[in-house]
Amino acid sequence: MIFGISPATLMAQIFTGLVLGGIYVLLALGLSLIFGLMTVVNFAHGAFYMWGAYLGFVVFALTGSFWLALLVGPLAVGLMGLATERGLVRKLYGRNLNDPLLLTFGLSFVLVATVRILFGKTGRAFDPPPVLAGSVNLGFIVFPVYRLFVIAATAVAVIALWYLLERTDLGLIIRAGTRDSLMVRLLGIDVGRIWWLVFGIGIALAGLGGVLAAPMRGVYPEMGVSMLIESFVVVVVGGMGSLPGAVVSGILIGQVVSLTTLFNPKLADIMIFIFMGAVLLVRPSGLFGEAGLLE
Amino acid sequence: MGAQGGGGVVRRAAAGVAAHPIPVMIAAFALLPLLPFPHPSVAFPFIRFTRLYAALTSQILVWGLFALGYNILLGYTGILSFGHAAYWGLGAYGLGLAVVHLKVGFWAGLGIGVGAATLGATLFGVFCLHRRGIYFAMLTLAFAQLLYFIVLQTYSFTGGDDGLRGFALRQVALPGGLRLAIAGPLRFYYFALVFVILSVLALKRVLESPFGRVLQAIRESEERARACGYDTDRVKLLSFILSGFFGGLAGALGAVHLSFVPIESLYWTTSGEVVIMTLLGGQGSFFGPFVGAAVFLLLQDLLSVFTEHWELFLGALFMAFVLYLPKGIWGAILDLPGLRGARTGTAGHDAATSRRAAGSGG
Repeated sequence: MIFGISPATLMAQIFTGLVLGGIYVLLALGLSLIFGLMTVVNFAHGAFYMWGAYLGFVVFALTGSFWLALLVGPLAVGLMGLATERGLVRKLYGRNLNDPLLLTFGLSFVLVATVRILFGKTGRAFDPPPVLAGSVNLGFIVFPVYRLFVIAATAVAVIALWYLLERTDLGLIIRAGTRDSLMVRLLGIDVGRIWWLVFGIGIALAGLGGVLAAPMRGVYPEMGVSMLIESFVVVVVGGMGSLPGAVVSGILIGQVVSLTTLFNPKLADIMIFIFMGAVLLVRPSGLFGEAGLLE
Repeated sequence: MGAQGGGGVVRRAAAGVAAHPIPVMIAAFALLPLLPFPHPSVAFPFIRFTRLYAALTSQILVWGLFALGYNILLGYTGILSFGHAAYWGLGAYGLGLAVVHLKVGFWAGLGIGVGAATLGATLFGVFCLHRRGIYFAMLTLAFAQLLYFIVLQTYSFTGGDDGLRGFALRQVALPGGLRLAIAGPLRFYYFALVFVILSVLALKRVLESPFGRVLQAIRESEERARACGYDTDRVKLLSFILSGFFGGLAGALGAVHLSFVPIESLYWTTSGEVVIMTLLGGQGSFFGPFVGAAVFLLLQDLLSVFTEHWELFLGALFMAFVLYLPKGIWGAILDLPGLRGARTGTAGHDAATSRRAAGSGG
């Protein structure tokens, strides 16, 4: 017993934290990718997360297949991301840093209002598929199968992204573009198309987070609002633009929220900001951020 | 914006304002609740002329003051804060809590509210200003959210998510034992107008002083300002505190106006709204934020007549502004060809500097 809490409860809470952390990681990776390459602070990220959940819900309701929902949801949201970059964000490259932030802020209003018009203001229930329903005994804890699946799915997505960035030619160009996009352009590479693609990938990751979170948290128009702010906290704690930072900090903050909930649920929402404040006071550019970048 | 035809009137009006901004503004605001205003209507001929209701005009005044104060930081010093809900909220809750729990009158409540906001801005400013750029913005947001959750969790004292109720200030004590009734919407409007005019005069004075010039020097290049021998950290903190002070004043007046403090006062959406208002009007001019606040609230009001989904149109319109009017509404009006000469030396800083700032990515 630690502080009157049994090891089993503690373990269960750590796992719950991992699930939450996984969703944070997916959102933070997208934010960080888009920010790292294009210095766009995407305020519509939470709205795309919400759209992912709704599109997943629709596909699931129409076809009854959760797997199809898990595939179509993120892809469709990724397409929305591609359209957003080409139609709106692209016009703002080279302008004041605040402009894309403000544009996506306006876009988030539009995206949330559209969902309210299409699906109503009240939330929808989205049950996990039968295969993933129920709980499983892991020996030391009994844990819902669906939540284990979320942890696994997040891990797969992170590894896939890592492979794309570190082991493919496209990844090489993206990483080079993050460091010096002018140099990449001088080498004869169409940077615009790379940015376009990365924007789509980042948004698709938010959509994936939305579909995965939907069976746990429900689907409602405002679901992305607090998620957006929390994901920003994750990105800032990890260091703006740093992908390993986003992963580590997402998992850390999942634990912070989850363990605080165990001791005092009321404190959980505050703790995330206290944690960020403490990290930033000690490490000004976040855990993995480069000093002086984007100050 | 149509530059021809109807634009001529706008241009002449704007030229007048640009030449004599303060007297024209005072006159405009004195008349605002009395003038006929086109309202959309669901019945033929789909437009009717009535007065704006005084509650809306009062909202414009209070939020306009909030945005003006916010722009000290964003437009003049070039620092993006995403946590100004904290000072608006501290002003509102400071006044409300003092009236509810200490049973004080308006002046003491106002003093406590504005004092709390100023103190809060000082404390948070000292912490946050160690960091710059996005990190600064996120720290200000963190502190504001901290306050929000504290108020949310102290239900018995603050009313938590129900908001703070139970204070209605109907009268204000004046020197000589006089009591001024401020209960009616129009009465409150003119009462608040006195504060807004005094604030505008004070702000203009400060921003056109050598101190105001240092703020702009920091916006253009902090390194250069430091190299010139200015203690930029201290100046930035003062700018932050000043902006928190006016945020608190606006928040306290807003609380008196509504006789209620909603919990959203401290939520990050309030911070977001003041940023929107400021940029909608234009951060590069003194009155831009005020114009932005007015347009934002009017649009919200007009659109909600037609559709419950006004946020859809507000969001789309906002995107259009960012794409096509990056200097904001007031900035675009001041840029009209006929105004170039008239506006010299009137707005806090001119278009050339803001263009240079935008060009260099700052």
